[in-house]
Amino acid sequence: MKNTSHINPLENEAIYIFREVAAQFEKPVLLFSGGKDSITLVRLAQKAFWPAKIPFPLMHIDTGHNFPETIAFRDKLVKELGVELIVRNVQDAIDQGKVKEESGKYSSRNSLQTTTLLDAIEEFKFDACIGGARRDEEKARAKERIFSVRDDFGQWDEKNQRPELFDMLNGQIELGQNVRVFPISNWTELDVWSYIEKEEIEIPSIYFAHKRKIFLRDGLIWSHSDYVYQEDNEEVLERMVRFRTVGDMSCTAAVFSDAADIASVVQEIRDSSISERGARIDDKRSEAAMEKRKQQGYF
Amino acid sequence: MEVLKIATAGSVDDGKSTLIGRILYDTKSLTSDKLEAIEKTSKQKGYDYLDFSLATDGLVAEREQGITIDVAHIYFSTAKKSYIIADTPGHVEYTRNMVTGASTSQAAIILIDARKGVIEQTNRHFFINNLLRVKDVVVAINKMDLVDFSEERYNEIKADFSELMGKRDYQDQNITFIPVSALKGDNVVNRSENTNWYKGQTLLEHLEDLDMAAVSNIGTPRFPVQYVIRPKTEDFHDFRGFAGKVYGGELSVGDEVVALPSQTKSKIKEIYFYDKKYQTASRRSSVTITLEDEINVSRGDMLVKVGDLPSIDKQFTATISWMDSEKLKAGNKYMVQHGVNKVLAKVDAIHHKINPDYSGIDKEVSALGMNDIAEVSFKLNKPIFFDAFKKHRTNGSFILIDTKSNSTVGAGFILAP
Ligand SMILES: Nc1nc2c(ncn2[C@@H]2O[C@H](COP(=O)(O)OP(=O)(O)OP(=O)(O)O)[C@@H](O)[C@H]2O)c(=O)[nH]1
Ligand SMILES: [Mg+2]
Repeated sequence: MKNTSHINPLENEAIYIFREVAAQFEKPVLLFSGGKDSITLVRLAQKAFWPAKIPFPLMHIDTGHNFPETIAFRDKLVKELGVELIVRNVQDAIDQGKVKEESGKYSSRNSLQTTTLLDAIEEFKFDACIGGARRDEEKARAKERIFSVRDDFGQWDEKNQRPELFDMLNGQIELGQNVRVFPISNWTELDVWSYIEKEEIEIPSIYFAHKRKIFLRDGLIWSHSDYVYQEDNEEVLERMVRFRTVGDMSCTAAVFSDAADIASVVQEIRDSSISERGARIDDKRSEAAMEKRKQQGYF
Repeated sequence: MEVLKIATAGSVDDGKSTLIGRILYDTKSLTSDKLEAIEKTSKQKGYDYLDFSLATDGLVAEREQGITIDVAHIYFSTAKKSYIIADTPGHVEYTRNMVTGASTSQAAIILIDARKGVIEQTNRHFFINNLLRVKDVVVAINKMDLVDFSEERYNEIKADFSELMGKRDYQDQNITFIPVSALKGDNVVNRSENTNWYKGQTLLEHLEDLDMAAVSNIGTPRFPVQYVIRPKTEDFHDFRGFAGKVYGGELSVGDEVVALPSQTKSKIKEIYFYDKKYQTASRRSSVTITLEDEINVSRGDMLVKVGDLPSIDKQFTATISWMDSEKLKAGNKYMVQHGVNKVLAKVDAIHHKINPDYSGIDKEVSALGMNDIAEVSFKLNKPIFFDAFKKHRTNGSFILIDTKSNSTVGAGFILAP
């Protein structure tokens, strides 16, 4: 067989996008949540610039309610890459009275991240924020461009997006605007998992089946934790579970699973009949939940 | 796995979103939570059927008005292929979003409402798909349930559409007619019992059988340099790699190449994909190339094979699809983004407007408005290296950027220098 550079259209497209970001912007940043999508982004960025280091920092908007496994994983990865990690805390915005912590049964810090993110963009004058959102996640996301322009207030003007033709990415912006960049826009959840398997990418242990204290509410599996509000009559159980997506503990539901390694996880995703966002408590709020959050500058 | 990109087209309410929802449903690609949401909303709206357009119309405004405004990208896969379908708006006002959806597609599905037949918007969308040289077009004659699955009506529409086919510029475009009901599912994924007179394939069967090599754009290799990689580390002290994507063909180690615009010759020394070396860079792969000689190459430059040069010129004529409410006029200046290269351009002349309904051309034009298509020539402040769009889809296309608003205001397909 001829020795040709291998051809995975999605991977080649993502690498192309990363290189456009590095060339077209002065201060890009990769938004790193510690989840599988952002870990995949990091691998793609490595591929785009090898043998040079990734030419921009990583930034984590920390809700303070993370799974401890994700934080440990994050710190290890950054050390290996030799890139700068910026952490900005939602707690600071709460302490400064800029945002108000939600209370009650469905309280979560997820939507509070927006303020901290916008503040950090302003603080560092970032002109491009690279994220791991995918169009298959949710139907408002399906409308998103690869280079998505946000105004001074971080807002998404969904009815007036720039046409994006062919491979050409227009990154021209005015001072104060910034662009959200989504290199894995065209990947599905299964594409990401298959890629992690093929590339043997290390991911946090909570993605694999483990024993965890949980409770059930509204047909979803919630983590029993100090960060998650729980009613007295919601009984704590111990079960084998894993996570399909990893955000803030208060907005990420688990699934029952015995998939303890990547091959069984890929198989499970193939067979599964519920979408990944189905396990996002924040999307259950209303049909337009995502679109509303995005208009306000959410990732 | 192979990825096939498809764009839908057709007028408002012809059933594009419904068709995509139907494909998802019949291929069991809708997850149970998404299906539940569709069932719930359909019931709320008082429908006695499932409104599959709810699967793709993701914006509040779209659901309120019951129309598609912007392109949605929808994903599903079978054992054979992965599919990306662009659900585009049918409304004339949003033609630019339709062009956007079609620009990256290898195949298109043009829907026609069987009750209405071929209408102006059908002409326009066929024209655009032909202009963009989309290789495979399916004409889905939809809502057959509303015309009693009449073979006669189907043949009438087919005959009307075939008249357009004689007028098209790009004759090699493959065209297939299929009678469907997106709402009821006839001939979409499953064969219909209501159309025994139809012997052809279902829509999905057709897509499954498409030969990817036949719908791809193969030409001559062009390598626009995106980014220069200079690690300056101990291990790679003198490494200077040219990062980019190979379009049109392949490049191999040892190939004699010319760097443009300097026209300096060299040879390909190494081809990297990440940290591995390869003999050949495949078409559409994002590689890093090093050269035998230390020559000056930077972003926007292009590597091509010796003896296979593109046009190098400071002017060209192109077909333009105008996408902005501010008018394009002779003398106006824009930024031309040709691949990864950006140059300032001035509109030299608007030659004529092309009526996309195939009613001919309009020579008396002083300005172009939103959604106009026209032949325009430009003068540039620096030469660019291009092919005619006919010969090279990537190296023959560009976008126009408004230098004040920074918006993408047009798309262009180069005809000749
Ligand atoms: N009876 C019948 N109705 C259909 C069929 N396909 C679509 N419809 C109906 O036609 C209407 C419009 O369908 P949509 O799918 O929203 O049309 P569209 O082409 O996406 O429209 P735009 O996106 O606004 O251009 C809806 O009420 C559908 O239920 C069909 O095959 N039979
Ligand atoms: Mg629609």
